[in-house]
Amino acid sequence: MKTMHLSLLFAVALLTACGQSDQEAAAPVAPATPEDQLRLAIESAKAGDMITVPEGKLAFDRSLTLNASGVTIRGAGMDKSILSFKGQLAGAEGLLVNASDFVIEDLAIEDSKGDALKINEGKNITVRRVRTEWTNGPATTNGAYGIYPVQTENTLIDGAIAIGASDAGIYVGQSKNVIVRNSTARLNVAGIEIENTVGADVYNNEATENTGGILVFNMPDLPITGHSTRVYDNQISGNNTANFGAPGTAVAGVPAGTGIIINANDKVEIFNNRIGDNNTGNILVSSAFSAQYKPKETAPNFDPYPENIFIYNNEMGPSGAKPDRDYLDAVRVSVFGADGSLTDVIWDGIVNTERGDAPVICVQNGESKLLNIDAGNEFKSPSTDMAKHTCELPKLPEIVLASS
Amino acid sequence: MSVSAWRPFTLLLVCFLSACAKEVPLPSAETYPAQLSAWNLVWREGESLKVHQSAFVYDVNTPLFSDYALKLRTLFLPGGEAAAYHDTEAFDFPVGTVITKTFFYERGADGSLTRNATWSGDASAVNFTTHQIVETRLLIRQAHGWDALPYVWNGNDAELAITGKLIKTALDGDEFAYLVPSRNECAGCHVTNHTAKALLPIGLKARHLNRLEPAGTHNQLALLDQRGALTGLPELDDVPTAVNFADTNQPVVARARTYLDANCGHCHNAQGAADTSGLLLDALATDERQMGQCKAPIAAGRGTGGRLFSVVPGQPDASILLWRMETDDPATRMPEVGRSLVHAEGAALIREWIDGLPGEC
Repeated sequence: MKTMHLSLLFAVALLTACGQSDQEAAAPVAPATPEDQLRLAIESAKAGDMITVPEGKLAFDRSLTLNASGVTIRGAGMDKSILSFKGQLAGAEGLLVNASDFVIEDLAIEDSKGDALKINEGKNITVRRVRTEWTNGPATTNGAYGIYPVQTENTLIDGAIAIGASDAGIYVGQSKNVIVRNSTARLNVAGIEIENTVGADVYNNEATENTGGILVFNMPDLPITGHSTRVYDNQISGNNTANFGAPGTAVAGVPAGTGIIINANDKVEIFNNRIGDNNTGNILVSSAFSAQYKPKETAPNFDPYPENIFIYNNEMGPSGAKPDRDYLDAVRVSVFGADGSLTDVIWDGIVNTERGDAPVICVQNGESKLLNIDAGNEFKSPSTDMAKHTCELPKLPEIVLASS
Repeated sequence: MSVSAWRPFTLLLVCFLSACAKEVPLPSAETYPAQLSAWNLVWREGESLKVHQSAFVYDVNTPLFSDYALKLRTLFLPGGEAAAYHDTEAFDFPVGTVITKTFFYERGADGSLTRNATWSGDASAVNFTTHQIVETRLLIRQAHGWDALPYVWNGNDAELAITGKLIKTALDGDEFAYLVPSRNECAGCHVTNHTAKALLPIGLKARHLNRLEPAGTHNQLALLDQRGALTGLPELDDVPTAVNFADTNQPVVARARTYLDANCGHCHNAQGAADTSGLLLDALATDERQMGQCKAPIAAGRGTGGRLFSVVPGQPDASILLWRMETDDPATRMPEVGRSLVHAEGAALIREWIDGLPGEC
């Protein structure tokens, strides 16, 4: 006993002499504010965690970042639990998520400097009843994207609200198997944008008061080429907000007053929507050559042409009376007269000449006409001849998500 | 587990044999110490900043710009173990390896922080009187992979700050918000393969380390090899080298490429977090379009600065890449994390590089 006692003493003395402090290992002290509590919960999250956001406005001066998969962040409601980034000093997003099996619901993200909610590379993503908003209304200085999943798979955006984004309110990029439904996009440059995405169903949404309501785009120089998007049962009206996108962005080329615009994307099906009161046109279909981002030569391995576009059974309201492009207005006057309006569907008419007679755009939409503005030949021979557009295309399969 | 319970017998033995060489612990991820001093790697003694006697103090050819902070880097390998060399990727380090990086500023004559530092790179010249020591970041090699931890200096020790910290300060009178990245923001850069989501060291690659030791005359890789801390090192002539971006004796292209590699390549690589942009700026990138020439932005938002292409040869002021380096707006500046101030010297180099590129868009 005595020996043991001595050696213990000796050890203690040595420890002290070595300057070894005796502090306890990290036992994180509970932070005082709800902001600090939420930040710590997100930083320390593990699979299976449910992080609750309390009611009230939580103010942050820098981004929140979640890296753990299998986490749910849940607030008390889109108007009750608000993450405010007004005056943000650091970080390019409000909330950045680099994870899979992620659910976020019932909260709002307001006034982030950059994107409000970015989800980069993950599977099984659910964004439900989330509002992203720039509260000062449309402004070029607003953040680019509201809800922004990119390189995701199996993604559901349901019952969301996106307001005031200087690029797209809801922007799904380079993703696979996506549903955007029951959501509202207002006062953004682009309301809902599906870009370089394979397999998307966009339905039962309201896209109103944007510059362009719903966009289906393909951009060059990316590993994924998008196709197979269905846009149906949406209300897409009154998208006449002046374009406030930053010059140089793809959306800065979107004319104000556009309902739907398809650019360089393939296999797009547009049906059962209510589309109207869009001053440039209800549906625009264009090649990359009509977009302002066109470089001197098209990127290698990039298909600049929209193909296999099927438009049917939409309820079309008035449109095209006041197009937001001089060249479109000139075509309007020359084809339809000073008081006339452009047709429901407007196409730049630029085709892949190697494609032969395969249909590019099929329209089965009652009285709706398609106007080919002949943009490839300096608008010399605009045409409303429907012969090449009275056709049908195979219908696309429904998107089924594992998580819905 | 408390700090005092770590390997007490080993500690006892070490104290006997080497007059108290400090033990570097390897706590589990759940028990990381709240104070930096518990790691025994970097600590304060009086006004001096002390470094573990077995830690290797190193430097990189071209550092990541971090708001003009000076950086003291140390590498500690567990006794007798070695890292495995790799030509292009981070070396493979044994479990128990701990890397530290301490960020600090020199004080000017009036005590305020200055970017006009004269530090030689000598660790013993760093102290709490002449310098403001801000934070120490750790990378810890566990069996499950690497963990990153930020510690923020506060008086005599630095405290674990998992959530990071925004510190409002000034450099030569310019006020700015210095960001100590949170643990997850550390991963924002160190997860260089964003698909695999594995965290890795960035600077501990052959091309960055192939240089003289700081304030010394020996090649760092040769030194590691001599100490038995590195296996598989080829002849030095066969080891890739990144240039020093500030070395005007080197070609502008090499300086620009190494700068972009060190400052952008951790995200802008083919597997990185920023592969979503299609813009690749790491050392392995070869395709001119992928490297930005006449390449349209994808999701830059107002980060375009109103410009159409990432890099327009001969036209730096038409190039988005330069815009994002020359702005300090949090929404559009690049890199997204860890820079508040504009790196004037870095931006000037990229300007010179773009200016000299042939061709047009």
